[in-house]
Amino acid sequence: MAVYSKDRKLNANLKRLDQQHKDAVRSAKNTEILLQEDAGFLEAEGMEKTYKFTQDSIVKEVDQATANKRFELKLEEFGPYTLDYSRNGRDLLIGGKKGHVASFDWRLGKLDCELHLNETVHAVKYLHNNQYFAVAQKKYVFIYDKTGMELHRLKQHIDSTLLDFLPYHFLLTSAGNTGFLKYHDVSTGELVAEHRTKLGPTQCMRQNPWNAVMHLGHANGQVTLWSPSMPTPLAKILACRGPVRALAVNRDGRHMVVAGADKTLKLWDIRNFKEIDSYYTPTQANTVDISDKGLVSVGWGPHITVWNFLKSHQNSPYMNHMIPSSQIQTTRFVPFEDILGCGHSKGISSVIVPGAGEANFDALEVNPYETAKQRQQTEVLSLLNKLQPDMITLDPNVIGSVDKRAPSKRLTAKDLAELQPSQPGQEIEKKIKPEVKGKNSTVRKAKRKLRQNVINERAKRIERALEKEKLLRKQKHDFSKGIQPEKDVLEGALGRFK
Amino acid sequence: MKIKTISRSSDTYVPVRNTQESSLPRNLDPSLHPFERAREYTKALTATKLERMFAQPFIGQLGNGHRDGVYSIAKNFRTVNRIATGSGDGVIKYWDLTTRDELYSFKAHYGMCSGLVVTPTHKLLSCGHDKTIKLWKVYDENFEKEEYESESSTQGLEKTFLGEHAFQSLDHHYNDTLFVTGGATINLWDVNRSRPVSDLSWGADNITTVRFNQTETSVFASAGSDNSLILYDIRTNSPTQKIKTSMRSNALCWNPMEAYVFASASEDHNAYLWDMRNMSRSINVFKDHVSAVMDVDFSPTGQEIVTGSYDKTIRIFGYRKGHSRDIYHTKRMQHVFITKFSMDSKYIFSGSDEGNVRLWRAKANERAGPKSTRLRNKLEYDEKLKERYGNMPEIRRIQRHRHLPAVVKKAGEIKRIEIESQKRRENNERRHSKNKQYKSEREKHIVGQVHKQ
Repeated sequence: MAVYSKDRKLNANLKRLDQQHKDAVRSAKNTEILLQEDAGFLEAEGMEKTYKFTQDSIVKEVDQATANKRFELKLEEFGPYTLDYSRNGRDLLIGGKKGHVASFDWRLGKLDCELHLNETVHAVKYLHNNQYFAVAQKKYVFIYDKTGMELHRLKQHIDSTLLDFLPYHFLLTSAGNTGFLKYHDVSTGELVAEHRTKLGPTQCMRQNPWNAVMHLGHANGQVTLWSPSMPTPLAKILACRGPVRALAVNRDGRHMVVAGADKTLKLWDIRNFKEIDSYYTPTQANTVDISDKGLVSVGWGPHITVWNFLKSHQNSPYMNHMIPSSQIQTTRFVPFEDILGCGHSKGISSVIVPGAGEANFDALEVNPYETAKQRQQTEVLSLLNKLQPDMITLDPNVIGSVDKRAPSKRLTAKDLAELQPSQPGQEIEKKIKPEVKGKNSTVRKAKRKLRQNVINERAKRIERALEKEKLLRKQKHDFSKGIQPEKDVLEGALGRFK
Repeated sequence: MKIKTISRSSDTYVPVRNTQESSLPRNLDPSLHPFERAREYTKALTATKLERMFAQPFIGQLGNGHRDGVYSIAKNFRTVNRIATGSGDGVIKYWDLTTRDELYSFKAHYGMCSGLVVTPTHKLLSCGHDKTIKLWKVYDENFEKEEYESESSTQGLEKTFLGEHAFQSLDHHYNDTLFVTGGATINLWDVNRSRPVSDLSWGADNITTVRFNQTETSVFASAGSDNSLILYDIRTNSPTQKIKTSMRSNALCWNPMEAYVFASASEDHNAYLWDMRNMSRSINVFKDHVSAVMDVDFSPTGQEIVTGSYDKTIRIFGYRKGHSRDIYHTKRMQHVFITKFSMDSKYIFSGSDEGNVRLWRAKANERAGPKSTRLRNKLEYDEKLKERYGNMPEIRRIQRHRHLPAVVKKAGEIKRIEIESQKRRENNERRHSKNKQYKSEREKHIVGQVHKQ
């Protein structure tokens, strides 16, 4: 057994805790046999390739319930469309560029509200449940409720084109043409933080669901990582050579996929900031998303490509789909479903992607089958357990863990600055300054007399004398302090030129 | 092509009838549960705040109290809801804790009633400064209240023992008919005899408190005004060992769970925990009081002790902790002379100089009464969270914060400075002298130790 400490009682307690932790992990692992549902999959047989299968052929093969989830909405007037699914995947919020916003239960086809805002809609986002949603419009961000009633105009969020929501912190984040990243607490209505990125209009923004750090993509190819408590980015990643077009982070916070205007599609390990793999898109990608199980969807031109490259390098994509004569605007995987939602210039389409979703949901976390009562209870509980904005860090488990570094290294930057001795040279400089008794040393008097722009022998001589005097003082000081005189490396060879 | 997609039937998840519970499947995959630590911490913080919000330690006083200070409380080890108290004017009151009313009161002694104890036969034994010990029959269910209405009643009095000196304290054997009294001498008595069975004095000083061990029943301990703690064994009919401390001990209490452990309340503001097998050092020091500790009592679980002090506060300590878990005080409570845990370890009684007997909760935020399973689970979960995150600065600050009377706070500050400077001085002395040994806090107060030959 490991020895943690010399203190026997503490050691015994730690051992017991360690054992408890191990038992908990083991028993949690054992609960896997209790999971009810199986994940989906798509496998090719013989000469078939999975990326050759069309949606029509897939629809014929799958069960009726899944086949019903494949649908197209033709909305040609107000496109291109962006979309967002609620956290439990039950509701779909769509926003047409030309002002058409609708929220509906997409499986039952039950419309909650439909709005024609008569102004540009850049982004739409559900808040913590399907009861409220935020819309980034021409100038401001607005919050509407389920019935479509305007609740708030967030006048601090000017010219936002991108929206995201951190459900555990109740923070609505926006970024856009102004280059500001703003965090707004929707439970208290306070603007928590606004950070100036200084990198021009933000191209894309996604959250890291694992640690709630915001990832912003910029026109210079950088991806910057932000938390509300730091006015500067936590990290900057030079992800591509052109502007960043789209990015996505997977749910356990390990991988980030970045699509650039240089037509690259790169996979990054964001725990140690290393590029793992690089792919390309034939034209610039518009949108990227990662599903629960780690499938990556890329929308470029009228095409959607689904990759399965998070675990190993792939030579060909997993699935392909094309929506003719359209531009893909947004693709989003539906939580807990094998469905990919896709907003494009001619409307919305829902595509079947087997193996994309998490089959077994945790009802106490996010429940797709929740009743109104359960939804209300969850809302209250999640508000009670709301996390503070300053708890957002790169490592979400930093709370409650022991800093094992030596105490001297654990100090804050300010303490460290005070502790560190100032530059040795400076100190000496201060010390060997002659005590200024008066201005009337003979040497100084002579020098003062000669203070003009004339260089003559006498001035030079006095200058040299002063220099020598200073040197002697320094030597005397050094000797008294026991500082060894610096050895001149050129002494031997170049000494004669002195 | 082999294909399968997720297809859940809503019938398995949505209740069909409204009497049905909806099924709540769990998935313990960590990636479905982000911010585990942060969320637990937030819950722990909320739980800590709620604990402090619900902390209402004072329940009330018993009846209208006594007319003089309360200096003795007797609890019956076999019943929960009855106690007896004795006061400075010699009156004994017998209380029903369910109604918090007095059942009967009677004047037992002229002068102070200094010791009060319940015998195994459910009778009450009291001693006083009037050189008498009296045996009362009160623990009888059939007893009628009227008999005791009048003051200085002798009804219910079974027997009077006449002593030669004023008695300071007495305690009864766990099951035999023996009891022991402390005063100018220390005497062993038999209830059936009128004269003491033996004199166990060792040294000539006054004995202020005696206490029988309730588990190792033939052992008892006493504390005297010569700053000594003496252990006795009635099988050999003699004292066994004596410890001399730097200050007087005011009270003693044996641990009901570990028979060899006892606690002493000392005049030097501390309480000490002793192991009678090795008394060369005490096994724990309970610090925090800012004046003499007047009484100490173990919880029946043996996990906590409660101390009452001359600084007008009551403190509760964990058995192995050095500092108090909680401090109780009220504006009107004067010097606390006696504190006792109730037999279910959930309440604390205190008797103080101004004559009131107060009833406190042992856990300030706990509430009596039945709890639903959900509430109980929640409380248990919160306890665990508080234990796990108790060392986080914010949680610790909230958990430790107590409002103190200004006098106590000021005295505490002064004492802290005093102790610091003493320590500094000792350190300096040690640094500059050749053979000055470091003396641990647990043996500092011990002057000497003697075994009876």
